[in-house]
Amino acid sequence: MPEFQRFSYDVLVIGAGGAGLRAAIEAAATGAKVGVVCKSLLGKAHTVMAEGGIAAALANVDDRDSWRVHFADTMRGGQYLNNWRMAELHAKEAPECVRELEAWGALFDRTKDGKILQRNFGGHRYPRLAHVGDRTGLEMIRTLQDHGIHTGMEVNMECTVLSLLMDSGRVAGACGYDRERGRFHVWQEKAVVLATGGIGRAFKVTSNSWEYTGDGLALAYRVGAELQDMEFVQFHPTGMVWPISVRGILVTEGVRGEGGVLRNSEGRRFMFDDIPDLYKEQTADTEEEGWRYTQGDKNARRPPELLTRDHVARCINREVKAGRGSPHGGVFLDISWIKQHISKSEEHIKRKLPSMYHQFKQLADLDITKEPMEVGPTTHYMMGGIRVDGDSQMSTVPGLFAAGEAAAGLHGANRLGGNSLSDLVVFGRRAGRYAAEFAKSNGATVIDEQHLQSTANDALTPFERGPTGENPYQIQYDLQDKMQDLVGIVRTENEMQQALDIIAQLYKRVERVGITGNREYNNGWHTAVDVANLMIVSEAVTRAALLRKESRGAQFREDFPTKDTEWGKYNIVVKQSQDDEMQIEQRAIAPMPEELKAVIEEMK
Amino acid sequence: MATQATFRIWRGDPAGGTFQDYTTPVEEGMVVLDAVHRIQAQQVTDLAVRWNCKAGKCGSCSAEINGMPKLMCMTRLSDINLEMPVILEPMHAFPPIRDLVTDVSWNFRAKKTIKQFQPRSPDFPDGTWRMQQADVERVQEFRKCIECFLCQDVCHVLREHHKHDEFIGPRLLVYAAALEMHPLDTEDRVSDLRRRHNIGYCNITTCCRQVCPESITITENAIIPLKERVVDQFFDPLKQLFHIL
Repeated sequence: MPEFQRFSYDVLVIGAGGAGLRAAIEAAATGAKVGVVCKSLLGKAHTVMAEGGIAAALANVDDRDSWRVHFADTMRGGQYLNNWRMAELHAKEAPECVRELEAWGALFDRTKDGKILQRNFGGHRYPRLAHVGDRTGLEMIRTLQDHGIHTGMEVNMECTVLSLLMDSGRVAGACGYDRERGRFHVWQEKAVVLATGGIGRAFKVTSNSWEYTGDGLALAYRVGAELQDMEFVQFHPTGMVWPISVRGILVTEGVRGEGGVLRNSEGRRFMFDDIPDLYKEQTADTEEEGWRYTQGDKNARRPPELLTRDHVARCINREVKAGRGSPHGGVFLDISWIKQHISKSEEHIKRKLPSMYHQFKQLADLDITKEPMEVGPTTHYMMGGIRVDGDSQMSTVPGLFAAGEAAAGLHGANRLGGNSLSDLVVFGRRAGRYAAEFAKSNGATVIDEQHLQSTANDALTPFERGPTGENPYQIQYDLQDKMQDLVGIVRTENEMQQALDIIAQLYKRVERVGITGNREYNNGWHTAVDVANLMIVSEAVTRAALLRKESRGAQFREDFPTKDTEWGKYNIVVKQSQDDEMQIEQRAIAPMPEELKAVIEEMK
Repeated sequence: MATQATFRIWRGDPAGGTFQDYTTPVEEGMVVLDAVHRIQAQQVTDLAVRWNCKAGKCGSCSAEINGMPKLMCMTRLSDINLEMPVILEPMHAFPPIRDLVTDVSWNFRAKKTIKQFQPRSPDFPDGTWRMQQADVERVQEFRKCIECFLCQDVCHVLREHHKHDEFIGPRLLVYAAALEMHPLDTEDRVSDLRRRHNIGYCNITTCCRQVCPESITITENAIIPLKERVVDQFFDPLKQLFHIL
């Protein structure tokens, strides 16, 4: 019988990116005993990849900004499928959370009068993103990490979580193994916060790190929690396309925020050709006006390159399909052209976009101060996730909380750039607070020893199959290939039905997965666990996308290319049925209070 | 560019190990980590390698490539001589776990021994501060650090002399410098730097600076100014003279 090392906490946080760390800090501040379990080393989570900034209506650069404008922008971006309560709380609490980061040592770029500087970003009416060059995520995770290690939280690095444990309807703990030795662990607790991030590894071209395999979503789903908005996967318009081995690596929206423009092979700024009605009023008429906007002219309107990500991604896709793409199947993103307006533009670009300069120089042998980049859409972010209560972040399973990308609601059908970093701290903080409260007001839990043993035994069976079993890496590649082709940026009924058939076959292969070697730091073993989680989220994405017979936000259905008012009244909810089938249903969105409706009207 | 290449990878655990050769197809634009992944997926599924972002931002895939400490995700095959086997080893300054993965947990424990950030009271009643960009930039250089620990790997105090219990190494000196030079910080870490963290062990050979993938000027901008602070506080001849008088 497999042995378990046993740990006991009040609150267990799974995931140590921005949301997980912020939740752990908050829970620890209430005096709760907090354990953190993470897949990687501390400080390596995907948050480090965030570049552009953190959105908060500080109004440091433009005093017309306020939570009301931020709220309206977020709802408009999400095409009104957002959990409006989360959008409200987010807009109200983000400024405080940014100031909190500064009090813990974060060093944001400054305005001339010494305040936190804010930059323009797609879909935000005013300059709103507090930033550190183009490495804001790193600044944020390091700040939370360095503050967090002094709060008494216990960090379990490089662990794989296999299953959540239940005790009479509430979550009682989690079990898994440590990578280093492959020893099984059980973490008993009174409340769990899932902050495991997104699902980007379900697709072939992705900006996401290997960790993003939907673990939290799958863990929650298996204990009966509801998932929501799974059809909404954000494809970021600008990822690297060449060389092939770096395809998908993100090129920050900050490039466009600083004046970068998109051109096709004919040299045309094609974004001017297709401006959605919802944004006509706010978009520049001329290239010259667009340039002035990026340089902080308050009377100018934004260039069409800074329209929402879903729209820009589809326009790029269209140019490539029409044969007007760049040599390696993307389009051109040019920041070097600003030399027409700025003397010493090379220095300026290097200072504003240091990581981008570095990334292209090193990986593609390209100097972005002199030449245009080649870019194309890349899987970037999951708007959907675990359905939570807007105030407390508790899922539909008592004691199980979720925050950050793993939770659904804030972003609706499409996320605005910069709203993810603020999401992490606003809702990480809330999840931590309410999880600690839940732990305090609910007694100790009992671990289901039988479930524990069967989980461990199941986790070890792939070793028995050894090399005769299915190769876990190959299953993952095949899944990524098919999801990219059949459930990607442009979707149709036919292709998604095909995808479901393929997913059904892949499930069978996952059951036959085999692993060689021993349990110590065995990447094959980790991949076998990851791919099982990816299967669940991929199925959920496909089923939800099939059910939503319209195009809205990140979901584009070629067979239903327009937005349908009726569909605007529903979220899609996914849940595991009693007999382990995936259940899918429409759930009406709760009516918005009059005062919030008024804010949206006022900002139209 | 060659169409295939051989990688001589150290395979083993704390008890010991050997180099094994793996040949794999290579293409234009590939980095070392791509080749390792290909070998792992097609030939040895249990090959242990630590990686995350594959974009030079997380600092997980540190290793020694032909003897040079580097990030595997940022080392292009086109910059390496593929006529010879490419030698891949784990970092030497830390205990091996398996294959290319080392136990770097010491860095996290050592970091905790450095006194944390302590800001001055806010400048304004709304809890905010004012700082100038120039003051911030000095520290932002240090905060670019991705904690890949390659600087720790080449530091002879750690690598050759194994002084992990007495010396915190270049990464954590950079961390201490970021705190000491933070415009808002009020804590004093100078005494700790001298007595507890033994900054004096560093004799400024600049090996750390040379391997930093973020090009942080570790020695000149971080360590030397800290050494100067130690000297100012403890070895000022004028102060000593007054002390004697």
